[in-house]
Amino acid sequence: MPQMTMREAINHAMRLEMRRDPEVILIGEDVAGGRGCPVDDVEAAGGVMGVTAGLFNEFGEARVIDTPITESAIMGAAAGAALTGMRPIAELMFADFFGVCFDQLYNQAAKFRYMFGGQQGAAMVVRTMIGAGMGSGPQHSQAIYPIFAHIPGLKVVLPSCAYDAKGLLIQSIRDNDPVIFCEHKMLYGDKDEVPEESYQIPLGQARVVREGSDVTVVALGRMVKLAVEAAEALEEKGISTAVIDPRTISPLDVDTILDSVEETGRVVVVDEATPMCSMASEIASMIVSDGFSSLRAPVKKVTAPHTPVPASPVLEAEYAPTAARISAAIESVYAYR
Amino acid sequence: MDFSEQELKTAYRTMRHMRNFDEIGRREFMAGTLPGFMHMYCGEEAIGAGVCAHLSDEDYIASTHRGHGHCIAKGCAIEDMALEIFCRQDGLCHGKGGSMHIADLKKGMLGANAIVGGSAPLAVGAALTAKTRGTDKVSIAFIGDGASNQGTVFEAMNLAVVLKLPAIFVYENNGYAEMTGVDYHCGSGDIAARAGAFGMPAHKVDGTDYFAVYEAMAEATQHARSGKGPVSIECIAPRWYGHFEGDPQSYRTKEEIADLEKNRDPILLFRDRVIAETGLTQSDFDAIDAESLEHVEKAMAAAKAAPQPEPADLLTDVYEVYD
Ligand SMILES: Cc1ncc(C[n+]2csc(CCOP(=O)(O)OP(=O)(O)O)c2C)c(N)n1
Ligand SMILES: [Mg+2]
Repeated sequence: MPQMTMREAINHAMRLEMRRDPEVILIGEDVAGGRGCPVDDVEAAGGVMGVTAGLFNEFGEARVIDTPITESAIMGAAAGAALTGMRPIAELMFADFFGVCFDQLYNQAAKFRYMFGGQQGAAMVVRTMIGAGMGSGPQHSQAIYPIFAHIPGLKVVLPSCAYDAKGLLIQSIRDNDPVIFCEHKMLYGDKDEVPEESYQIPLGQARVVREGSDVTVVALGRMVKLAVEAAEALEEKGISTAVIDPRTISPLDVDTILDSVEETGRVVVVDEATPMCSMASEIASMIVSDGFSSLRAPVKKVTAPHTPVPASPVLEAEYAPTAARISAAIESVYAYR
Repeated sequence: MDFSEQELKTAYRTMRHMRNFDEIGRREFMAGTLPGFMHMYCGEEAIGAGVCAHLSDEDYIASTHRGHGHCIAKGCAIEDMALEIFCRQDGLCHGKGGSMHIADLKKGMLGANAIVGGSAPLAVGAALTAKTRGTDKVSIAFIGDGASNQGTVFEAMNLAVVLKLPAIFVYENNGYAEMTGVDYHCGSGDIAARAGAFGMPAHKVDGTDYFAVYEAMAEATQHARSGKGPVSIECIAPRWYGHFEGDPQSYRTKEEIADLEKNRDPILLFRDRVIAETGLTQSDFDAIDAESLEHVEKAMAAAKAAPQPEPADLLTDVYEVYD
């Protein structure tokens, strides 16, 4: 099986879907690149992170559409095109920019299916880049997906590896509701075995990344590999840790989490997002409500603090959870009597 | 020429500081010592300098991601700016903002901004402060050609016209928004005309010509300070470097860039014209060059050696951290 980076896997998923379905279009800022420039070298461009490289060359300007800097219109155009039967993929370069264009998403696209009595949903995907780690500062580093999960009608996908990214994106493109597909900027270069052919991963199905009988760690996005690192290190101390990656936070696969908690009775929830009204608190609350009788220790959350993301790399390193912080949390719930 | 030698030297020094700040910043960025992003202002110096020459500390500016030049022109201390781009503890924002968020409220510098189009509504708000308090202060929004297409900018212009606010919208048309050309992204192709259609005087000038920017801004500030409402100025000054450091610029030709550096360098254009029309000489400017280079190098070296923030600083300046 070929090795692909997450960047390549995402590119490949779009390519396959665009070949299969002429109604899939891609719209965003610099998704082609080079438009209106002295050299139309779009093959080399394909977005600031190169994720859409080559799509313009294959599918042309009618289907790979560069826009001005105009996020409200991008979201609205995607929602309107979806309402009239297309399957747009809108790219919002950084998730932080949702601040500029949220109305078209949460008042419009998210509500179509329900508000219009089930006539039609917005079959659109918004691909967007999230997360800290590049020293990009407070307006380019946020993990704001809990906001999307709060909104009925939106689906929210958070891949943690290249294999999942491809299968989840293909599924998201075929889904009939608006999907926010969150790509962590620090994962684009991570490699994985990824099949050449098309495959789908259902939305709302968690992945048990690692089995374990003492402690359950539920980790999201970039936190998954840190949780695995922590779990492997604790194996030596005789602590057997399960790691679960929900993969989509809305819909959320509570059952897979509860099954593991039934065995372990001890839980750590790890997320890079801020802690208030977060996925970490939501998951903890579901476990407490529906798995109370299994619990043998208080559920512990490991998250970023309730602050913006600092520009300073020194402070940024303190901001997001680390394997060391996750290990400490696992040990503390394990030791709880 | 209607300028004193002192004014001319100050304008030149300001532009030379900007150039040195970004060239040295670029060198450090490439050496891996500077974190985050580095957006170079080279080629556009005459805009920031010509605009801010008309402003005092009590006037306001709201800037962009390409904001170093604006900060220098508005009087931010180069030492404090250097500390901030290195994200050091004593930086203007204590390292929490970095290059794209340098702010110095004491100087009326309301922040660089990493959200494209974010500056215009904020500048309108500061203009509202000036009008409400009955001062003659003005508020400037720096806006890129790419940013000129944002809804926030259109809304801000209309509100400024409706409320007759002392706001000045300065468009920095450097030909590109990241890797997309202005001919593609700006539908009408004429940013000034579009601003004018909102109901305000709209100028269009060569942004590599300090004197052209200065003249337009003189008219604009007079208009705005006297309560007649907003003005916009489109300044055309092509970008020399990539969108940010590290952009390979495969969408441009080497010839275009070489031609800019040779023929459209705002600092050289200024210098040549001043020498031709006044008593100032090459050696006057050479002296400023040397002095500026030393000043900026020193500030950058000091910043590089300055202490990093402490981990505990992560949790300051928020009202509650819920950790
Ligand atoms: C709301 C928002 N959209 C997109 C971006 C990404 N981005 C940063 S700078 C830039 C181009 C800006 O072009 P322009 O306004 O012409 O300013 P210039 O970089 O040329 O100075 C883009 C698209 C952003 N930071 N914020
Ligand atoms: Mg520009």
